Amino acid sequence: MAPPSSRRAGFSKKAQFSLFTGYLLAGAAALLGAGLLALSLWQPAAFAPLRGVASDVVTPAGTGTAAVRSGSQGIFASIAGYFNAGSQNAELRRENEIARIRLAEAEAVKAENLRLKGLLALRDAESKPVATARLVGSTATSGRRHAYLGAGSASGIKPGMPVLSERGVIGRVLETGRFSSRVLLLTDSESVLPVRRAKDNVIAFAEGRGDGLLRIRLVNLGVNPLKVGDMMVTSGAGGYYRPGVAVAIIARITPDGGIARLVAEPAATNFVSVLPIHEAEAVAELEAPPSGAAPPGASPSPAPPSSPTPAATTGGAAAEE
Amino acid sequence: MERLDPRARSDIYGLRINRAPDPWRVRSVPYASIMLASPLPVLLIADTMPLLPSFGFLMLLGWRMVRPGLLPLWAGAPLGAFDDLFSGQPFGSAILLWSLAMIAIEAIEARFPWRGFWQDWFTASVIAAVCWLASLVVSGASLTPEMLLVAAPQALASVLLYPMIARIVAGLDRFRLSRARRID
Repeated sequence: MAPPSSRRAGFSKKAQFSLFTGYLLAGAAALLGAGLLALSLWQPAAFAPLRGVASDVVTPAGTGTAAVRSGSQGIFASIAGYFNAGSQNAELRRENEIARIRLAEAEAVKAENLRLKGLLALRDAESKPVATARLVGSTATSGRRHAYLGAGSASGIKPGMPVLSERGVIGRVLETGRFSSRVLLLTDSESVLPVRRAKDNVIAFAEGRGDGLLRIRLVNLGVNPLKVGDMMVTSGAGGYYRPGVAVAIIARITPDGGIARLVAEPAATNFVSVLPIHEAEAVAELEAPPSGAAPPGASPSPAPPSSPTPAATTGGAAAEE
Repeated sequence: MERLDPRARSDIYGLRINRAPDPWRVRSVPYASIMLASPLPVLLIADTMPLLPSFGFLMLLGWRMVRPGLLPLWAGAPLGAFDDLFSGQPFGSAILLWSLAMIAIEAIEARFPWRGFWQDWFTASVIAAVCWLASLVVSGASLTPEMLLVAAPQALASVLLYPMIARIVAGLDRFRLSRARRID
């Protein structure tokens, strides 16, 4: 098939000019795109308001698919339940026994904890979630791992707030629209989270690899103390997350740490809650000093790579104690 | 005549007498379909890896290949700007890449004016693959080997989806040109 003859200019001056103008416009558009791209790589939050409006528009449709998704998961689970009901029942009964014992132990620990905190005069402010919403979508075509949340600045959500599911950490709010917000998932390769091992204080960073797994990098190099199956929880360094929330389980050991699997997978969650920044004053303090050119919270995307520096000092200090 | 065969006086675009295509539909369907396809993959929760190719870009390629000359050369820029709002890429990446893709197709078409389905598929595949790699590079994330590995199915899917997209575009084109307006 030949292209339409109208697109061959021939001797017609008008056709030649319009063809030329087409090329000129397309070239100018490409240059404009390159400029905008450079601007948004330099200042990722520059177009956040535009994106916020766009995601507000998509969110209602996403809420529908989110409901369908959670519904269908329930169907599959109940079908699977019929096949292994008997053995599962016995297993669950045994687990329940153990859980009851552990619960009693936890009560004792809790009481002791309370007493010790009373001695130290620490006041544990139980933070209430700012909002509870569904994850309504994600950037499924891009190399970035962002998710869309069905609640925005109208519910009091601000950039930087941690997003948790009932199982553990999902990510951090990156941009907010009016009724939707964009969440940086832990698996994004720009996401860095200070963590520690749950049972002791081995401190590390959990970095997204971009392929659904986390790379755990130990702060103190030396003999690698990690073992497969270790649970990593947030250490609270950096001030965004409250300490002790489950993040990942080590799946493989590497020389400088390990490769870990997420505890809370965004695709398997139904509702997530957005919590206030755990130590908002400390975060503001940490983000303010560099030159003062970027106001705090204005550039959420470069924040994770820059956060290791202050967090590393606190992590190192904690490790030395 | 109609009693014998109801479709006697019509072709694939509908009745031929005192009917004309709707001018609104003729102009808006390509843009509307591309702009509807852009936010479609957002509805999927992809927490571990990119799961789908950019439907908006595939639709653009489809319209450009199936109906050369319908979209102006600069159409990649506004449509790309719209796609950037949803795709999670830094704003401007699709404006740049889609514009370059349109220019590249134009250049290829000037070089090889006579072409068929297989050549179209080949061109679209090469351009989709180059755009896939380029959009990973400019995504703002540090490019890890693991990321490339998990994104590879996306490139494969965009190559394999082209024939389907071309059929969809052909169907939409038939809808676009169907004689919906009655001339009295």
